[in-house]
Amino acid sequence: MSVHKNSMLVDPLVDNNPITLQVLGICSALAVTSSLKVAFVMAISVTLVTAFSNLFISLIRNHIPNNIRIIAQMVIIASLVILVDQVLKAYAFEISKTLSVFVGLIITNCIVMGRAEAYAMKNPPLASLLDGIGNGLGYSLILMLVGVVRELFGSGSLFGITILKTVNNGGWYVPNGMLLLPPSAFFIIGLIIWAFRTWKPDQVEARDFSIIEQEGGH
Amino acid sequence: MEGLISLAVKAIFIENLALSFFLGMCTFLAVSKKVETAIGLGISVTVVQAITVPANNLILHFFLADGALSWLGLGDVDLTFIGLISYIGVIAAMVQILEMILDRFFPALYNALGIFLPLITVNCAILGGSLFMVERDYTFVESSVYGVSSGLGWALAITAMAGVREKLKYSDVPAGLQGLGVTFITAGLMAMGFMAFSGVKL
Repeated sequence: MSVHKNSMLVDPLVDNNPITLQVLGICSALAVTSSLKVAFVMAISVTLVTAFSNLFISLIRNHIPNNIRIIAQMVIIASLVILVDQVLKAYAFEISKTLSVFVGLIITNCIVMGRAEAYAMKNPPLASLLDGIGNGLGYSLILMLVGVVRELFGSGSLFGITILKTVNNGGWYVPNGMLLLPPSAFFIIGLIIWAFRTWKPDQVEARDFSIIEQEGGH
Repeated sequence: MEGLISLAVKAIFIENLALSFFLGMCTFLAVSKKVETAIGLGISVTVVQAITVPANNLILHFFLADGALSWLGLGDVDLTFIGLISYIGVIAAMVQILEMILDRFFPALYNALGIFLPLITVNCAILGGSLFMVERDYTFVESSVYGVSSGLGWALAITAMAGVREKLKYSDVPAGLQGLGVTFITAGLMAMGFMAFSGVKL
């Protein structure tokens, strides 16, 4: 049983990652990763919301009438997000300003809804809690990876601490400003997906059309 | 009037919801395989956006904002903290009503757009539009313009994306990059294209 619980936590990290395989929750993964500190706060918030929304929805899953389940889930998720939003405003105001609308958008983050609908509605509370944490961590992993690349090479620092001294401050590193702009996030996630799928070839998608080798030259 | 036009151009091109704020990405990537479905979804998003952003603007100014309840004699009540839950409630309700109206009066349109409507409730572009409206403090007229034009911008992005992907399926992509990977990189290139608009001063 404990092996099973472990695998529930570890599975979503690589084998069944919510971002690279299930294609969930991409909006915020791209938008908040230009600095690692912000990405870290976002990762914690999403993990907490996913874990607890899974737990609470699973607790009342037998009492939710099927045809209003989306609204019931929405209310639980929105309440949790309001909680996170208020806590951030109180204790980390600067970061909550940088995150701006993206804290609110955790409500529509497909990971939260997706796991509630696909897992928590059918499984007991403890398992759902673990599933929520696992998927939250899988999301966090990608978020941190993208954040590290973007902040380290885009502004030469990690968590605001200078690692590569930039030219502007008398150092040697010429920062790649492109990495701080939105398009770079797309490229980095694309490359991460490529790396994951080269490592685990069974995640590769089938082609719509295959390319046939021509016979007998041109 | 000029202010409104520049607001519209800004929302469609410069601050495109999909390509510079990454909103509505899940559906953007999932439903952009065919141009026709992409156009259908784009139109639905524009319609819903055009209704919900002004509706949430009214809710904000008459119920939630600091002192907004003074018409009930409750001048010192500030309900902005329950904003999130009200906006998503309004969006869910609007989508449901729109679905029922289409089903009753415009069956042809319902058949074309019906399958997308439930998807739209959880599309971050819709909630994001409302939250940007709150953050930037738009008036009612501004929020109506912003709703329509940000929806149009999103529709433009997903249609263009679908066009690229329709051609892309014939290309020889490395195995690991097949599908999702190359879609991301295409979106990145498109986002770079849209960045060219950011130099436009209005």
